[in-house]
Amino acid sequence: MKTKKIATYGLLVSLAFILSYLESLFPIPIPIPGIKIGVANLVVMIALYGFGSTQAFVLSIIRIILVGFTFGNLSTMMYSLAGGLLSCLLMILFKKLKFFSMVGVSIIGGISHNIGQILMAILILESASIINYLPALLITGTITGTLIGIIGGLIEKRLKKFLVNY
Amino acid sequence: MIKKNDFILIGIILAIVLLIWSLSFFKLNWPMKFFMKTEGSKVRITVDGQEYKILDLDKDTTFSIEQENGKFNTFEIQDGYVDMIDASCPDKICVHQKEIHYDHETIVCLPNKVVLEIIDGQVNEVDSVAN
Repeated sequence: MKTKKIATYGLLVSLAFILSYLESLFPIPIPIPGIKIGVANLVVMIALYGFGSTQAFVLSIIRIILVGFTFGNLSTMMYSLAGGLLSCLLMILFKKLKFFSMVGVSIIGGISHNIGQILMAILILESASIINYLPALLITGTITGTLIGIIGGLIEKRLKKFLVNY
Repeated sequence: MIKKNDFILIGIILAIVLLIWSLSFFKLNWPMKFFMKTEGSKVRITVDGQEYKILDLDKDTTFSIEQENGKFNTFEIQDGYVDMIDASCPDKICVHQKEIHYDHETIVCLPNKVVLEIIDGQVNEVDSVAN
């Protein structure tokens, strides 16, 4: 059992890691700090719906720390951590509450990621004006969240056959 | 797969965005100044939360902020507009951001922890992003 868990985490983490890297190779031409497609969230969603809340949470933390140290440094990791943790916790919560489908949960994941990052940026830079970026990020977060949610749903459906024994 | 509640969620988010935007309309000054964005007169440079320097917008100049680890941000003030023209950060999002001019507008460089903010004008009615 333990080997299976380790292998699963390894798989999910490497997937999220690669996706994060790929995403950084194609920057979005809109000059708003924090704007991203959030493909790594796709892996968190699959972990959440395919495996479980704990897996999703552990995956999030490991992924953020790994990507943080590999592609950034401790201070840039703070923004990721704030956004990523808030996002994961809220996704776990709303999945449990069953108000929304995968799409809704993904939207919540996306916008809470942005909100977390903005709050952290306001704290670290001590500039309340940064909150001006929030409305635009909410809109882009909603759009990308919807996309990721739909894709996640498609993947999860096909994955179900393989996850029956888990 | 998509539930009705998902659309309600999207609706709520859009409503919140509209609310925030209208709040910046009505925030402080009276409705007379609805569509007037007011101009600031100084730019405040903040590094890592600490105020670093304040420059007047009426003096055209190019200024560079250099930090210990080799990090730098260079911006220029021209005709009352502030634009980031170079930086050491990998993404250079700050450089691509549009020039700022109106009160409370900001250019932010997250990796270098630099914030340029226009100050000392009257309150900005329109959300800076709607620019």
